[in-house]
Amino acid sequence: MSDLNAFRSETKDWLEANCPESMRAPMTQGDVVWGGRKVEFKNPDQKLWMDRMGEKGWTCPTWPKEYGGGGLNFEENKVLQEELMRIKARPALNSFGIWMLGPALLEYGTEEQKMEHIPKIVKGEIRWCQGYSEPGSGSDLASLKTKAEDQGEDYLINGQKVWTSYADECDMIFTLVRTGPLDPKHEGISFILIDMDQEGVTTKPIKLISGKSPFCETFFDNATAPKKNLVGGLNKGWSVAKRLLQFERNMIAGMGFGSAASGSSKKTDAKPISGLATMAKRYVGEAEDKLNDSGLRNKIIDHDMNSQAFALTLKRAAEESKKSNQGPSAASSIFKYYGTEHNKLRYEIMLEAMGTKALGWDGAEFGPEELAITREWLRTKANSIEGGTSEVQLNVISKRVLELPQ
Amino acid sequence: MSLVLNEEQSYLKDTARDFAKNKTPVSHFRGVRDSENPDCFDREIWKEMANLGWSGILIPEEYGGSDFGVAGIGVIFEELGRTLTPSPMFSSAVVCASLIKEAGNEGQKKEYLTKIASGDITLAFALEESSRHSPTNFKTTAKKDGDSYIINGQKTFVLDGGFADFLIIAADTGKGTSLFITNKDTKGIDIKATPMVDSRNAANTTFKDLKLSSSDLIGEENGSDQIIEEVLDISRSVISAEMFGGIQEAFDVTLNYLKERDQFGAKIGSFQALQHRAAIMFSEIELCKSCVLESLTSFDEGSNDIPRLASLAKAKIGEVFHLVSNEAVQMHGGIGVTDEYDIGFYLKRARVAEQIFGNVQFHKDRYAELTGY
Repeated sequence: MSDLNAFRSETKDWLEANCPESMRAPMTQGDVVWGGRKVEFKNPDQKLWMDRMGEKGWTCPTWPKEYGGGGLNFEENKVLQEELMRIKARPALNSFGIWMLGPALLEYGTEEQKMEHIPKIVKGEIRWCQGYSEPGSGSDLASLKTKAEDQGEDYLINGQKVWTSYADECDMIFTLVRTGPLDPKHEGISFILIDMDQEGVTTKPIKLISGKSPFCETFFDNATAPKKNLVGGLNKGWSVAKRLLQFERNMIAGMGFGSAASGSSKKTDAKPISGLATMAKRYVGEAEDKLNDSGLRNKIIDHDMNSQAFALTLKRAAEESKKSNQGPSAASSIFKYYGTEHNKLRYEIMLEAMGTKALGWDGAEFGPEELAITREWLRTKANSIEGGTSEVQLNVISKRVLELPQ
Repeated sequence: MSLVLNEEQSYLKDTARDFAKNKTPVSHFRGVRDSENPDCFDREIWKEMANLGWSGILIPEEYGGSDFGVAGIGVIFEELGRTLTPSPMFSSAVVCASLIKEAGNEGQKKEYLTKIASGDITLAFALEESSRHSPTNFKTTAKKDGDSYIINGQKTFVLDGGFADFLIIAADTGKGTSLFITNKDTKGIDIKATPMVDSRNAANTTFKDLKLSSSDLIGEENGSDQIIEEVLDISRSVISAEMFGGIQEAFDVTLNYLKERDQFGAKIGSFQALQHRAAIMFSEIELCKSCVLESLTSFDEGSNDIPRLASLAKAKIGEVFHLVSNEAVQMHGGIGVTDEYDIGFYLKRARVAEQIFGNVQFHKDRYAELTGY
């Protein structure tokens, strides 16, 4: 315990000295730092903060030190996160490398692959995207057809991926390719790392209903990747892919829960009014503290209760897996399904509260926050599609957890 | 609060699970029901439960209990709820024991708590006056008359009121609520059993010029509103645990049925229409588990969010028990609506338990009020 106290005070001092003042202010979506070769910083503090945290390994606090990670244990990381939260520090670096590829490489990568790729993820030198879905392979991902042919030293890659997040801004892509037969379809798939900085790789942004283009189509036209970039063995890519999807689902499930979780566990005497209720009061008014629209109020109650119940379940799953040392508990199988459906509902409730104020597309007559909510509402519709649809999640729960017959 | 059980709680849970499995499987409940025993429980079984120390879990050691806490008794109720075990434990050892523990004087604690712990007496709490939970604004009054009180009024849905040896009565004493304890046979008390759909015991009681002495007063005159709220929250949390046991059992039984029943040449559990509904129920049940645990442990760990957590648990569990008990009957098809099959028992218990100390909407409202909207 005293070790932990010492760690806390060291952490405090280090953050005090190293976290620039401007990195302790709330951020908007445009302030997110993703790193990579093509990174453009909005200001020098962003770079400073990323570099310092990356150097210390604290962009990936629990990853092993030998690969550049922070080497912190569970308790130490908790302390670090608490201290970061206390000073309201922005995340120094976000990336699919941190959330998805890194954890999978640590489990399935060779020593050489870990040494080459992990430190660059930690320091934000390479920005990764994910090449999974194809035009003909969405929910039925394993039917994918993008082909990698053995050319001796290299693989020759041809085909098309779709829904590759931010592919136009990324440096490398972790990709599922067909290296074996289509039948059985799961057993001819390999997981390969491809540099996008080559002629054979092109990307084209897809414009979404929100008006934004966070996703691309990615085309492989005689692209190449060295054989050492194959992860998990030839035709063994499906296991890596599935594991990585778990990381991805946990990430998506957690979206939008930061505020819900902290809002409900506040230890103050003040009534812990939720963000939704506060906002709704602004639009529909209140009488004696009670929201004027009773139908809307009921929806907010349901939503708040479920937010708290879900936050408690996230906490319980963490406590259970820590206690049993047996990996994720059964509860975690519901996170992607429940978290994304719940987040979609949150935006629907906001829309109901805001009325026509939530339906503006552009212009100065709407507040910037209102316009952002409208776009974000449209964005949430993809939450229950990306990373495996809600229906696929329910299939997974039925078969893997409930063991219902095929 | 802790969301995993400690060793002591796990032990209690295991013991209760074995007991429920061996001594009070659902067939026990069915037997009691079919025997038309007006008490709706088996006194031999109750004696065994008391001997295991369960009736004394919320009672301090000096009065013969073990003081193992709300989470301790909660995990037992969860297991008993799985098999619908009928007993006076909820009204006597949870509701009334807590009222006396919180409000009673030394003499009353010695007198009643020790006998509750030993299982020698049963008590019932006469609180409700209308068909929907409303823990304030009583019409039942107690008027002071020298060293006595004269009580007049009517109570309904008095759990275990049909057989309990003693009643604790909540009455308006002018400037607040007061609690009185009395033997059920006292002159001026009329008790009418109200056979309920879940085959448990409840009663309507009428007090006509019921004369009690000031020594029958529990706690301060006019001073029990806060204590009643606190005890109701403990009770809501514990009944939620019982309901959560019922939810799990109804779900497990249904899941097994989906794996066994053949139609159209396949197990019906292979149909996606049923799989997805089962998976959605599973998700809701996982959320329920967290709510129940957080609420149960909030008392023992001294949370400042006890009322909100109790309402969260009671509302969420009430809603999900509704869902699961309805789906359980539907997924069983024809046999689901036969008396021969047990699954209908859970539907009946779900609705009665939901009414105990506030239904889903009551607790949603309360949750919002406590949250500031």
